[in-house]
Formats: sequence, C-alpha cells, structure tokens
Amino acid sequence: MKEMVNELIHYRELLYILTWRDIKIRYKQSVMGFMWAVFMPMLIVAAGIIMKLAFSFISGKPFNVMDLASISVKALPWSFFIGSIRFSTICLTANSNLVSKIYFPREIFPLAAILANLFDFVIASSALAVILAVGNIGISLNILWLPILLFLLVVLTAGIAFVLSCANLFFRDVKYIVEVVLTFAIFFTPVFYEASLFGKWSSLLLANPVGAILEQINNVVVLHQPPDLFWLSYAATFSFCLFIASWFVFHRSEFLFAERI
Amino acid sequence: MSETALELNNVWKKFIKGERYDSLRDLIPAVFRNTLSGNRSSELSGMEFWALKDISFQVRRGEALGIIGPNGSGKSTTLKILSGILRPTSGKITVNGRLSALIEVGAGFHQDLTGRENIFLNGSILGMKKEEIKRRMDEIIEFSGISEFIDTPVKRFSSGMYARLGFSIAAHVDPEILLVDEVLSVGDMWFQEKCLEKMLSFKNKNIAIIFVSHNLESVNVLCSKTALIKKGTLRTIGDTAETIREYICSNQEEAVDVATENSISNVKLLNMKNELVSICYPEQKCRLTFKIRCDKPFEECQLGFLIHRLSDGLSICDYNLPLNSIKRADSSGDTADGAIDFDINLLRGSYSVSLHMYHYPSATFLTRVKNIAYFSVEERVSWHGVTHISPLLHSIG
Repeated sequence: MKEMVNELIHYRELLYILTWRDIKIRYKQSVMGFMWAVFMPMLIVAAGIIMKLAFSFISGKPFNVMDLASISVKALPWSFFIGSIRFSTICLTANSNLVSKIYFPREIFPLAAILANLFDFVIASSALAVILAVGNIGISLNILWLPILLFLLVVLTAGIAFVLSCANLFFRDVKYIVEVVLTFAIFFTPVFYEASLFGKWSSLLLANPVGAILEQINNVVVLHQPPDLFWLSYAATFSFCLFIASWFVFHRSEFLFAERI
Repeated sequence: MSETALELNNVWKKFIKGERYDSLRDLIPAVFRNTLSGNRSSELSGMEFWALKDISFQVRRGEALGIIGPNGSGKSTTLKILSGILRPTSGKITVNGRLSALIEVGAGFHQDLTGRENIFLNGSILGMKKEEIKRRMDEIIEFSGISEFIDTPVKRFSSGMYARLGFSIAAHVDPEILLVDEVLSVGDMWFQEKCLEKMLSFKNKNIAIIFVSHNLESVNVLCSKTALIKKGTLRTIGDTAETIREYICSNQEEAVDVATENSISNVKLLNMKNELVSICYPEQKCRLTFKIRCDKPFEECQLGFLIHRLSDGLSICDYNLPLNSIKRADSSGDTADGAIDFDINLLRGSYSVSLHMYHYPSATFLTRVKNIAYFSVEERVSWHGVTHISPLLHSIG
C-alpha cells in the first residue's frame, strides 16, 4: 500500500500533464470552448426543471427558486460523476499505445480522467455560484462541509473508475454496459427529487452512496443544514473501502494490461 | 565503473496464441460451454507458447549491448520486460538506475497537440520533471531539427519528423539505462548518424544501452557486445562481429535455391590458400568457387556476380562475366566447375554474394541464386563508407 502511494507521488507530475492534455484536447477540439463544461450540467438542470414542473402540476405545490437551486446544486456533481466514469472506463483502451509501449503506474489514466472532469466541474460550479448568489439563496457556515463532501465524491468516483477501466480492458463490451447504466442511473439517484419524498423507503435511495453524498451537498449548500451524520459516515466508509479494494484489484492486474490490451 | 546496470536471470515469458475472449458477450457463453463439456485446461495449454526461453545476460554501465534476431524472435519482448511493461512468467530482472525505454518513437504523442506541447507530454511520460523539460526545451528542438514546425500539431508531421522529435526527447531524458528498439529506421541517414553519435556519447557518460536493431551496421558501430535471439532463445552473446556473422550464416541454409535443370551449386568462399572464410580484410584476395549446370551453349551465357551490403542493401557491384571462359567438365556434359577471384576492396560491414546465369538469345535468366554466400569485412581504420581505396598519408619533398 505504502509502495503504491509512493509510486504515485513520484509520478504526480505526469498526472498533472496527462490531466492537462485531456483538458487541452477537449477545449481545443470543441468550438464551444469553455461552454463545454456547463453544457452537460445545463441539460441535466433543464431536464430536472421539466420533472419538477410535472411534480408541481400533480401535487399542486408551486415550483419555487429553492427547487431550482437544489436541482442545479445536485446536477453539477452528478454530471461530474457520470462524466468521470464515462471517460475513465475507456481511458486504458484509448491510451493503448501508452499502455503497451511505456511503463508508468497505470492508475494515472483513470485519475487523470477524473481530474480533467473535476476541472470542468470547477468551471461550472463557479458559474453556478454566481447564479446562486444572484438568486439570493444565502450561505451558512455549513458550506464548510462542502469540500469534504466533494472529496468523498472524488474518492468514490475513483474507486468505481479503477474497477471499470480495468474491466473494460479485459472485456471490451463493459463500456456499453456502463453507458446504459449511466443513462438510467439518474432515475435511481436523488438528483431531480429528494430522497425524503419516499418516506420510509428513502434509506433505499440513500444506500446508493452517490445519492447519499448528493443529498448532503444539497443540505449544506441550499438548505443550510448540517449533513446527516449517519449517511455521511456511511458514504465515507463505503467510498474509502471501495477505493482501497478497487485500487488493489487494479494494481494486482496491472501487469497483465500490456499483453491483454 | 563496471557496476551492473541491468541483469536478467533465467527469464521465461509465456504468451497465448490466437484469439482470446475479450468481451463479456463471448466470455459468458464460453464459460457455460466449458463447464458443460468440462475440458477447459487442455484447450488452453495448446495455445500457449514460450516467447522467451531462459534468457540471461547482464549489461554494465557504459556498455552497449546490441540485440539482433529475426522478426518475432523476442527482442521487443525482452525490452518490454526490462522496462516493466510486461512481467516475466518466471525468472528475475534487476534494474539499477533510471531507465528510459524507446520501444516506439512517439508512442506518447497526441495527434492534436503541437510539437512543443508533445515535448512536455512525452518528456514527463519518459520520467522528466517539468522544470527539466523547460530547461532543455531549446536543446530538444534544436536536436530534432524541426524548429520550424514545432508549433504545428503533430498529426501534420511526416513520419520522419515524428521519429526525429521522439528520439530527441528520449535522448534528453538523461537516463542511466537506455533501451532503444528499432526506432531510427524512419529518420534520414543524417539523422540516424546524429542519433548514433548521441548514443556513442552516452556510452562515454557511463550509461548502459540496449540497442535492438535490424541495421547490423549501426549495431556494429555502437555495440561492443551483441546478443542473438532466435525463437525466444539466446543463441549467442559476445563480440558483435562474431554474433552478426553467426546471425547472417544461420540464414544461409534457408536461402539456398533448390536445384533445377540449370543450377549454380556448391558455392564456397575461399581465401587464396583454399580455406573457407567468412571474415575478410581489405586488400585480401578471395576466391568464390561454384558448380554450374547449364543446358545452353556457354558462349551464349553470362554469369552475373553481385555483392550487396547487408545493413542497407546497397549494391556494391553487379558484374556480367561471359561464361565462355569456363570449360565444361567433359565435352558431352553440361556441368562445369568455376571460380571467381576478386579483391576485397571493401570497408567494415557484412556483405552477401548473389549469382545468376543469363541467356542472351532468349533474354532469360536461367537461374538466380540470391545471397548464396556471406562474408564480413573487418578493419578498424575507417569510420564509415564502402570502398577501400588504400589511402596513404605521407610528406612530400
């Protein structure tokens, strides 16, 4: 374990450079430039608004700014999550010439994919922060929880990314399965709605660690409440255990990458 | 000084031939099929083969080891094992020092980034720090000789420019161990020469080099020790000239033509004392003896006598010698024994001899035997070139 971390620290510059490469290429190729970062979250928010409007028609409760704020606040981390998973699943196969020709810790690939998406997330978040400030959502000391929650989300994402990138190297159709799951995952995750809507079944939705983290983010940013400590520690335990386990899996199968790719 | 930089101890590497299941779609039905029929292991073992069998050697600092061998013999696999890309099935490797491997030039290049950006990318992939790259940027660009296009995306580069940039980066990594795998072949000859010089300077800087190449000339210039790998086994390791000769001669049997109606056979390269030779020296006289069978009148035929340099295929000479100077073995038969005497006015390198018989009236080749004999020339006077012109330095007056 210590060895794995040391090796990664030794190669950290390469991690930055590969992240920089991913970002640079994305923004170079796209005419929309930095709009790219906000495009995906905007779509998700738009879809969320439609759903919320539908809810309010049925329930008779009026649609308000708070709803819009909480959808946007959850849509951004969600878009970061699915973006990272999507990119990191194919990161090893997309870099096959590097995997089979040059040696360095392969963990760098999924991590760089996540960092590049984190960059997009930061851009989109700063745009959102402006909107929230204008929308008079307010702020409380609870916002200090936000970095911790985002860190948890990154750890969880990395944990999933390690396993999926590795799986996609050995079985090339994993990416299709991932694609399908990601398309529908938003319905199983409290992004457009609150888990509390489901009453006593809400813990089922929160058992999904992404859902638990998103709910806590909503708590601290929009609702100005401290996070639910039970679900927070659940998500933290889940994320770290998954991260360590999948890093080991990744590391143990690493030596097969070059011949199986 | 003579510290060991690299060591391989009884390294074996197993690969699996044929297709494998690389998607769940194929794997899941296959697992079901195999559990039902229950003969999984026997099917797999038939597909395995040894890519490397019991390879052991070591390289010291300041030493350059050449690796030669036919395609698919395991040269690149050896390098990949040394660089950590592949793990040996069994055996042990020891690497002491910062290792830089050039398995493929520009492997880390990204098509859409400019040359300069790719220097950053590839430099850090090869293990350089950002500061180091910044500091040596100008040096790298200058060495590559493509400063004019350095801010162009590399997808617009020619393959030669690609190779130039790739090698320039790798050459400035300051490794302690450098692995180079047949990467210079794309560059033009001036660049190849520049790279060779660079690698020679590495040798003086106490860097260990492993150089895999099909260009026997370059191997000869760079490496004092060379290993021959064939079908995964280490055939020879030792003096470069010796190893190259063995490599060349080992292909000889395969190159001999089957005897037809018209044939050239029993080709032997002798010195003037009628001893078989494979190493010659400039200004030596050699004799090539052969037996011909020809059903046409000898007066109507010519014997083609060609010499090529092996490293680059350069045609040294292409003579057409009238066959009528050869007497038939007996007046009725169509066979004859002949010999060509010639001077080895050649410089260091490996050469092959080809012969053919040409019939004038019908304008056809009666028989052609390519690379029927091989020899290498040894001398330590010249640096480069083909012809020995016996230069003599002296004072006048």
